[in-house]
Amino acid sequence: MDKMKLVLVGNGMAGVRTLEELLKIAPDMYDITVFGAEPHPNYNRILLSPVLAGEMTVQDIILNDHSWYADNGIRLHTGKRITQIDRRARKVVAEDGTEAEYDRLLLATGSTPFILPVPGADLPGVVAYRDIADTQAMIEASQSRMHAVVIGAGLLGLEAANGLILRGMQVHVIHLAEWIMERQLDRTAAGLLQKSLEAKGMQFHMGAQTAELVRGESGRVCAVRLKSGESIPADLVVMAAGIRPNASLAEQAGLYCNRGVVVNDTLQTYDPRIYAVGECANHRGTAYGLVAPLFEQAKVAANHLAMYGIGRYLGSVTSTKLKVTGIDVFSAGNFSGGEGCEDLILSDPGIGVYKRVVLKDDHIVGAVMIGDTADGPRMFQMIRDNQNVAEIRDHLLFGNSNLGDVGHKGENQAAKLPDSTEICGCNGVCKGTIVKTIKEKGLFTLEEVRKHTKASSSCGSCTGLVEQILASCVGGAYTPADSTTKPVCACTEHAHGEVRKAIREQHLTSMPAVMQTLGWKTPDGCATCRPALNYYLISTWPHEAQDDPQSRFVNERAHANIQKDGSYSVVPRMWGGLTTPAELRAIADAAEKYQVPTIKVTGGQRIDLLGVKKTDLPKIWADFADAGMVSGHAYGKSLRTVKTCVGAEHCRFGTQRSMEMGVKLEKMLFGMWSPHKVKLAVSGCPRNCAEAGIKDVGVIGVDSGYELYVAGNGGIKTEVAEFFCKVGSDEEVMEYSGAFLQLYREEGYYLERTVHFVHRVGLDYVKSKVVEDGANRKALFERLLFALQDYKDPWAERGVRDGEAGLRAAFENIPA
Amino acid sequence: MIKWKRICPLTDIPQRGSRVVSGPDHDDIAIFRSGDDQLFAVHDKCPHKGGPLSQGIVHGHQVTCPLHSWKIELTSGNAVAPDVGCTQPFAVRLEDGVVWLAI
Ligand code: SRM
Ligand SMILES: Cc1cc2nc3c(=O)[nH]c(=O)nc-3n(C[C@H](O)[C@H](O)[C@H](O)COP(=O)(O)OP(=O)(O)OC[C@H]3O[C@@H](n4cnc5c(N)ncnc54)[C@H](O)[C@@H]3O)c2cc1C
Ligand code: SF4
Ligand code: FES
Repeated sequence: MDKMKLVLVGNGMAGVRTLEELLKIAPDMYDITVFGAEPHPNYNRILLSPVLAGEMTVQDIILNDHSWYADNGIRLHTGKRITQIDRRARKVVAEDGTEAEYDRLLLATGSTPFILPVPGADLPGVVAYRDIADTQAMIEASQSRMHAVVIGAGLLGLEAANGLILRGMQVHVIHLAEWIMERQLDRTAAGLLQKSLEAKGMQFHMGAQTAELVRGESGRVCAVRLKSGESIPADLVVMAAGIRPNASLAEQAGLYCNRGVVVNDTLQTYDPRIYAVGECANHRGTAYGLVAPLFEQAKVAANHLAMYGIGRYLGSVTSTKLKVTGIDVFSAGNFSGGEGCEDLILSDPGIGVYKRVVLKDDHIVGAVMIGDTADGPRMFQMIRDNQNVAEIRDHLLFGNSNLGDVGHKGENQAAKLPDSTEICGCNGVCKGTIVKTIKEKGLFTLEEVRKHTKASSSCGSCTGLVEQILASCVGGAYTPADSTTKPVCACTEHAHGEVRKAIREQHLTSMPAVMQTLGWKTPDGCATCRPALNYYLISTWPHEAQDDPQSRFVNERAHANIQKDGSYSVVPRMWGGLTTPAELRAIADAAEKYQVPTIKVTGGQRIDLLGVKKTDLPKIWADFADAGMVSGHAYGKSLRTVKTCVGAEHCRFGTQRSMEMGVKLEKMLFGMWSPHKVKLAVSGCPRNCAEAGIKDVGVIGVDSGYELYVAGNGGIKTEVAEFFCKVGSDEEVMEYSGAFLQLYREEGYYLERTVHFVHRVGLDYVKSKVVEDGANRKALFERLLFALQDYKDPWAERGVRDGEAGLRAAFENIPA
Repeated sequence: MIKWKRICPLTDIPQRGSRVVSGPDHDDIAIFRSGDDQLFAVHDKCPHKGGPLSQGIVHGHQVTCPLHSWKIELTSGNAVAPDVGCTQPFAVRLEDGVVWLAI
């Protein structure tokens, strides 16, 4: 069968991204032809500003070079503008007569700059700021001329003005509105920004209307005359007064247009064979002018072209960042407030910092920041996640409460850091390397940066910094992924929540069933989705779904922690941190017998035997089992430790028997698998020697009972646990903490610690399910106990289940 | 000279799993059995920092290293881009349910 023909008109960012997405999922479906009016292959338009500023060259910003088109069998016509779409004959015709037939047509013609209809607008020396040709014209002018005027102080105008100043010109900026970037900033923020731009040499004329561009003797523009009569010398005039969706081609072809080519949620125009993406498209009344939403459109259009048909584009919230080196500006959502909105403002003109967050019904709807934009990505994510911020609004403006927004060393303002600063401590990646890779490889997302540089791919504590660096390189093109809709991995379009829901509602009990029902793109998943699916299955259908060892990380398969040299560490459980001479003797004996090189007391109140050979694992377990000791699960996404202090048993201040309480909790939860690891602590009094304030569940004894705290974390980013409720008896401690953990087990996403789970769903929600609704709490608790019923120690169990031959197969090598 | 050696019955290697062959004349070699029952063999040494690939999660015809999650193509031993590196592949074959390895 002949391949279907796909023609792309517009060889720019949105169109080519759609092709890339399409080639990823259906590489052989279409015979593809591309027409582009510009003489270049696809390049990164947003980096024209660094090119103008002299920080990069045109060659650096090419995203897809000619060989990319050739390698993918794409016919590319550069420098050919399409002038006609013949919908009846299903073909397009270019200026020079070249024709191409299509079965599917993709329009991605971008925008055209708006040129003010004033006398002199067509003079030599007057340019727009849209493409490589415009940029080159500006660079050329800067080499021989002095005076530049930029009309329009929006994002583009200011970036143009900045570039021209860096190229040595004197730059005046004329702006019609009362303040600069009025569509992204409020008046105060704009004032601060204007001040710092003036410090760079920009001269502003506000509320100024252009009357005429004056022709000089040479025939070139020589001045700009304002309505006020004032005249400003100009050998170069840059029109940056806005853009209009470029829909004329579509309009001529009779497609319905209204400020752009009107498209539906699958990016189809009124002719279903014809798609439109990018700035030329109008979706639900909006034509976007930033890259991030266009990329989302590209993905949906590609899915639809590939006939997957699951994705829909539902519109985007956008954010803006000005790409002027050394100046930090961030703006997102609705920042102007209005009916029912509240404003949180922090303003320190002395150091040039201004932050404003607009709230509506306890949700962030917009944010503006100048001077310190470290929290920009976090705010944007909260807007997109529609997160309830009632609990954290008192410190929202002070930042710092999110994973890694300042890195380990309390640094922020990534744009100002020198290139040599180490950003990722785990992988030793410096800022310069990250910036270089982002620009050279044309990266736009955190995932891509992680893949190519390794930065932020290990512990994640530098994620916030990397996000900032990304944002300062690609401006508004960067969108933090929102956790609720982000696909589990590249094998699927479905997010964690959807997968969990399908497993529960459709009663799926095996991995092939999940993959088939949800249309997994790979035959057997990957190392990211398989462990997640395995957990979702066994936690949703305990005693029914089969555990799949091959889908578990090696630690959970070997019941021990793999070390850098391939040996393992073994940690037997010490209930509540308590031990006996007999247990200590068994540990000492085992350590000698298996020549364990290192014995260490862990931070979790027990003893670690490090450097055990893989082949010795079954033997050392058998020895421990004989001594009555069980696995400590120091390796699992599961219950880890319950730390205790001495408590009322011995301590002169103790109000409750914390050791006893801790042992009871640990025995109850033994063998509990969870989305991520779970740690508890019980202290006998508020002096809190067991550090219950940074545990997933913290219990603090008081005279009248116990205080319960949840969602603390002492790891990558210390998070203090939040007060949950007060209870009177040991039984209640077990029921409330068990119910909380069961809710987390049922609704948490894989690899989400309790703190991130609670941040995502809101503490109020958790309380409503566990504290306020007694019947639901009991039901949750019962489901937990049911899941844990009959759990056997994996160390003892493995020997019984596999037998000697099975253990050898799993833990010993085959001699050659 | 390359010699074919009889290793074990296929059933000794779990699907999406592996076994390690060790001997005095060579480094450890990992034999993998994929979900569609194909066999692969590579040095059990990740090109990144020498992690034991045999202990990784097998998906498709790739394995993800247990130490820092590089992905390795089992056919060629090459790391999946953007990572760069290679671990030596070996020939394996199945005969009457028995796995043979060329060392
Ligand atoms: C052995 C121990 C260090 C020690 O010698 O004290 C340890 C060792 C490891 N920790 Fe830990 N952690 C140990 C206590 C802690 C603690 C303190 C505690 O539990 O009270 C914390 C902070 C508390 C917390 O988790 O909230 C801690 C926070 C982490 C984290 C960060 C988790 C986070 O969500 O922020 C990781 C990384 C991860 O899990 O993704 C981690 C990961 C690891 C791993 C498993 C890394 C790995 O995946 O290979 C280390 C294994 C080393 C090895 O080669 O065996 N370890 N780790 C401690 C074992 C405790 C135990 O008895 O089970
Ligand atoms: C200087 C500058 C800085 C920017 N900075 C940012 C930023 O920081 N962040 C951000 O998110 N966005 C930024 N943008 C906006 C971003 O570049 C655009 O949103 C994006 O490029 C739009 O993609 P598109 O594919 O819709 O259009 P384009 O990338 O403009 O591609 C359209 C292409 O179609 C071609 N074309 C038009 N008509 C025809 C025809 N009839 N036949 C053949 N070819 C045709 C055009 O020549 C053009 O090459 C910036 C833009 C500029 C100009
Ligand atoms: S034990 Fe924990 S803190 Fe120490 S190196 Fe390993 S992961 Fe890092
Ligand atoms: S050793 Fe394999 S990924 Fe690092």
